[in-house]
Amino acid sequence: MANSSVKLHYEVADNDFTVAGEASGAVKKVLRQLGFPSDVIRRVAVSMYECEINMVIHANGGHIDVEITPDKIRMVHTDKGPGIKDIGQAMQKGFSTANEEVRQLGFGAGMGLPNMQRYTDEMKITTEIGKGTVVDMTVYVNKF
Amino acid sequence: MKLSQVKEILNAEVVVGEEYLDREVKSAFGSDLMSDVLAFVKDDALLLTGLVNAQVVRTAEMMDMKAIVFVRGKKPTEEIYDLAKEYSMVIMTTDYTLYPSCGKLYMAGLVPNEERVD
Ligand SMILES: Nc1ncnc2c1ncn2[C@@H]1O[C@H](COP(=O)(O)OP(=O)(O)OP(=O)(O)O)[C@@H](O)[C@H]1O
Ligand SMILES: [Mg+2]
Repeated sequence: MANSSVKLHYEVADNDFTVAGEASGAVKKVLRQLGFPSDVIRRVAVSMYECEINMVIHANGGHIDVEITPDKIRMVHTDKGPGIKDIGQAMQKGFSTANEEVRQLGFGAGMGLPNMQRYTDEMKITTEIGKGTVVDMTVYVNKF
Repeated sequence: MKLSQVKEILNAEVVVGEEYLDREVKSAFGSDLMSDVLAFVKDDALLLTGLVNAQVVRTAEMMDMKAIVFVRGKKPTEEIYDLAKEYSMVIMTTDYTLYPSCGKLYMAGLVPNEERVD
């Protein structure tokens, strides 16, 4: 895939916890088939998974666009949720507005956004209250 | 440590993946918080948890974990069973709670697997 790019699109259902993670699981599979290094695959899979879960628990679902090129993987998560009031606060480890139901499922530790930040090379959040949020993340393949 | 040894030490019942008990795990992580698993686990490790839902299996798959032990006798759902099959994962259940389960494996030489997050 010298100069090629692979584009994938996923819809993320609202509030359906049982399928949350299907998109990231599918991307993981594709990256494996394309022969990407395992650390790159894991960084993409974990970041996307955290983001996908966030869309389900905080933002009524949405869609994800993934672009895979030989040197980088870009994942753009778009939702029409409530938006994030204070991005700085949301990025802090331990900050979470997750409800009790979400916590009982093992999420809501306030570690998702910090995890995404740590596992990706670029991360940009664009958000508007009442309109939605876009989380745009890129993982580079050859990062020296 | 082989998964067959884990089974023996924890007096566990294998629910899925009996055919993979020859697999080696080099370390383990015990938690009910999936975001902590996603933050801390570094290598193919064994997951011990008291949390029983499909998201546990998906989280383990994201981290390339090959086996999950559900503690304090929790029985996995059919959904967990199907996902684990799909991912070729081993699922066991033990009657011990999380702390003694981890302690027993630790004493037998299975070390923690943590990456410090600063
Ligand atoms: N897409 C989103 N739309 C609206 N709010 C969001 C979105 N993503 C994150 N947030 C807000 O940012 C907070 C922190 O997110 P983060 O992923 O770090 O933690 P969490 O999802 O609450 O818990 P964890 O990820 O550990 O399970 C959330 O509790 C929520 O208030
Ligand atoms: Mg989160």
